[in-house]
Amino acid sequence: MKFTLHIWRQANRTAPGRMETHAIDGITGDMSFLEMIDLLNEKLLREGKEAIAFDHDCREGICGSCSMMIDGQAHGPERGAATCQLHMRSFADGADIIVEPWRVGAFPVIRDLSVDRGAFDRIIQSGGYVSVNTGGTPDGNALPVPKPHQERAMDAAECIGCGACAAACPNASAMLFVSAKVGHLGALPQGQAERSERAKNMVAAHDREGFGHCTFYGECEAACPKSISTEYITQLNSDYLASAAKAVVKG
Amino acid sequence: MKLDARVPSGPLPQKWENFKKDQKLVNPANKRKFRVLVVGTGLAGGAAAATLAELGYEVLAFCFQDSPRRAHSIAAQGGINAAKNYQNDGDSVWRLFYDTIKGGDFRARESNVHRLAEVSVNIIDQCVAQGVPFAREYGGLLENRSFGGAQVSRTFYCRGQTGQQLLLGAYQALSRQIHAGQVKMFPRTEMLDLVVIDGRARGIVVRHLESGKVESFAGDAVLLATGGYSNLYYLSTNAQGCNVTATYRAYKRGAAFANPCYTQIHPTCIPVSGDHQSKLTLMSESLRNDGRVWVPKDPTDVGKHPNDIPDANRDYILERLYPSYGNLAPRDVSSRAAKRVCDEHRGVGPGGRGVYLDFADAIRRQGEPKIRAKYGNLFDMYQRITAENAYQRPMRIYPALHYTMGGLWVDYHLMSNIDGLFVLGEANFSDHGANRLGASALMQGLADGYFVIPYTLGNYFASTKQDRRSADASEFKAVEAEVTGQVKRLLSVNGKRPASEFHRELGKVIWDNVGMSRTKQSCEAAVSKIRGLREEFWQTVSVPGTADNLNVALERAGRVADFLEFGELLATDALLRNESCGGHFREEYQYPDGEAKRDDEHYTHAAAFEYQGDDKPPTRHQEPLNYETVKPAVRSYK
Ligand SMILES: Cc1cc2nc3c(=O)[nH]c(=O)nc-3n(C[C@H](O)[C@H](O)[C@H](O)COP(=O)(O)OP(=O)(O)OC[C@H]3O[C@@H](n4cnc5c(N)ncnc54)[C@H](O)[C@@H]3O)c2cc1C
Ligand code: FES
Repeated sequence: MKFTLHIWRQANRTAPGRMETHAIDGITGDMSFLEMIDLLNEKLLREGKEAIAFDHDCREGICGSCSMMIDGQAHGPERGAATCQLHMRSFADGADIIVEPWRVGAFPVIRDLSVDRGAFDRIIQSGGYVSVNTGGTPDGNALPVPKPHQERAMDAAECIGCGACAAACPNASAMLFVSAKVGHLGALPQGQAERSERAKNMVAAHDREGFGHCTFYGECEAACPKSISTEYITQLNSDYLASAAKAVVKG
Repeated sequence: MKLDARVPSGPLPQKWENFKKDQKLVNPANKRKFRVLVVGTGLAGGAAAATLAELGYEVLAFCFQDSPRRAHSIAAQGGINAAKNYQNDGDSVWRLFYDTIKGGDFRARESNVHRLAEVSVNIIDQCVAQGVPFAREYGGLLENRSFGGAQVSRTFYCRGQTGQQLLLGAYQALSRQIHAGQVKMFPRTEMLDLVVIDGRARGIVVRHLESGKVESFAGDAVLLATGGYSNLYYLSTNAQGCNVTATYRAYKRGAAFANPCYTQIHPTCIPVSGDHQSKLTLMSESLRNDGRVWVPKDPTDVGKHPNDIPDANRDYILERLYPSYGNLAPRDVSSRAAKRVCDEHRGVGPGGRGVYLDFADAIRRQGEPKIRAKYGNLFDMYQRITAENAYQRPMRIYPALHYTMGGLWVDYHLMSNIDGLFVLGEANFSDHGANRLGASALMQGLADGYFVIPYTLGNYFASTKQDRRSADASEFKAVEAEVTGQVKRLLSVNGKRPASEFHRELGKVIWDNVGMSRTKQSCEAAVSKIRGLREEFWQTVSVPGTADNLNVALERAGRVADFLEFGELLATDALLRNESCGGHFREEYQYPDGEAKRDDEHYTHAAAFEYQGDDKPPTRHQEPLNYETVKPAVRSYK
């Protein structure tokens, strides 16, 4: 197979970027999208040109590093898959493919296709945990957890923190990411003590980072490599209202 | 070099208790005066950084990914062992200890392994409290599955994403400490050297990957939790970024590297499909709970559709060879069985390098929904990669490099032979001997991070005079200059060949010569080929661009340069260990039925290598392994 790739190149955070076109040949359908970029990079290096920077690590859809807008879609055309799990058999031979970084103000481009997702770490730091220290915890079976609750927690906990939700959202909202963590911990007895505080703090951090508001376009769920449901956003809203109500009662 | 394991006194089950009883403590008010540098924030480093910060130490943590949540630990699928005996099936701390020692082919230190089994139970409690959503039974209690090398069900899991959930637990605990200001986190930062002054580890030199800035950090102790070196083989199940740089450069500063030749080949990976491939994907070992491994009895059947081969013409290799463990035989044993039948031209799929893992019986017995619930994500992953439906035809699997038991030598306190340098998780050599059992790397990483280092590091601080140096000291500047020099050297070769090409070639040399089986000749061949490659690398590698920004080719070239040296060390160790044990299979040493033949009289020791200079062979030291409680036996799974 052969393709014409139009790829975003940008030297650093402040430099202006531009699209660069590369023709690539000798691609097979069982190559992953990233393996195709590897091939292009090897070609560039042989010509003494700089390789295209992109984030990647596990290459099996779990670390959340890879992050490309492919033909305007976060992680490309395949549903429920990260860029690294996308195979070239999903594209028509001879196609033109446009490859860009996440386009979200809160994720500044640091080079080419690589962006700074520190905002997600800071959102977790604001409260995406159960506040327990190491040691002195009760026996794992001391508190039974109904299986459906555990399954619900796990469905949300699968989030890989890649940022596709925000990249796909017309408002650049990362509410799916926030709601997945709030939904994971909120479904378990261990997460109850801090439930409403957590929702409040994480939403505040999300807004502080400059992500947009959620108006339920639903693009996030479609782009999410783990197909996390927007139901968690509904749940988050009710947790958030509960925290607001508490604040009123207290106030 | 003195290799004192500093094992506490007393009978095996009391050693850890005795250590804790005798340890010296740091006054809580003084803890903040100690600065700990934690390099690597996977399970081991993440757990350590969070816990040490909770205790009040000042922690600086480093990782090369853009976030600690992305460490390679995230990819672990199958589960984590613990001696909880929730299933009431005869498990105990002793049994987990014994299984691990035996699984390691009697090449691990008893005292460390026993401690690991002891603290395993705390790990589960800790993770549950953090909100790790472990699988549950309908009654709400924790569920278990079985893993290779064990006859009890002691593996806790979160669907096929156990590593992800455990790492997120540690990451969240770490995030809480970052928020509290107790940890300063440096993502996209790569450690490139260790600074040792007067025999003590004083700090590290890093390169900030985005700005390219080289900087020194001084601390009162350095913890390396930088993972394993499977990527030496180029194709492995590890994440792309996994590398040996941190531990190898510490080795060049005097830390002993132990048992580099102990590498683990995992039997259930998706076979190689072509040259373009950048990694191999693991299919969790848990699949062997329900899948049956077979190949055609007759080599002429290998091209047939598997469903057209009747049962009578199939060879269920593991069930035949190891009736009591069957498809759950340990990894090294299962991998070699697969290699042997492929060598007999009975392998299936492209290139004849594959065996079937068949779920038809399990689906018949339990129904497809049950199998889907247990392994759905793995079947999906398989289909995505191979475009084959494993509910309808057996999976094809083949062994691939997966884990490295070797690593920096550490004593019972997890301290290397360099004072103040501690090593945790896959980066050290401590607990798995010559072969690791499934679901015990997660256990070890978290044991080291949550429950061992907080004690042993406190003891170190309390019993050593604090003497922190400044990062502006001349010794730091000298190491910085060396690091900058190496970066410049890479940029100035101006060749035409990408580093990845050398990596691929190196991987092939190592896999062919020091892979699933080794001989004296193959190890020697590897050494000479690697030397040739290394020379070529420094003449022809292409690293365009500059040092003062994000330069992915430069990062890669630096890691490959270290692999090109480290590969020689691994082959040397394999050459000098004249026996077969666990993952180290020397063809000259086997029983007539092809099983590994140990030489306990001469090799019941850990081999620890001391660097002597670039053009001198390293010195091989020995730490004798004293089996006081267990009697090494021929390791049989029949
Ligand atoms: C596909 C797969 C599945 C697995 N499944 C299981 C399983 O089911 N059960 C089990 O017990 N084990 C499993 N394992 C093994 C287990 O996942 C690993 O052994 C374990 O997670 C290693 O953890 P770690 O903390 O030691 O290192 P890692 O998680 O590899 O973390 C290394 C850290 O070091 C950092 N680092 C490395 N070099 C540098 C440097 N030079 N400078 C700065 N930072 C650096 C990285 O950024 C990272 O943060 C699996 C492994 C693989 C590959
Ligand atoms: S590289 Fe890890 S999710 Fe794609």
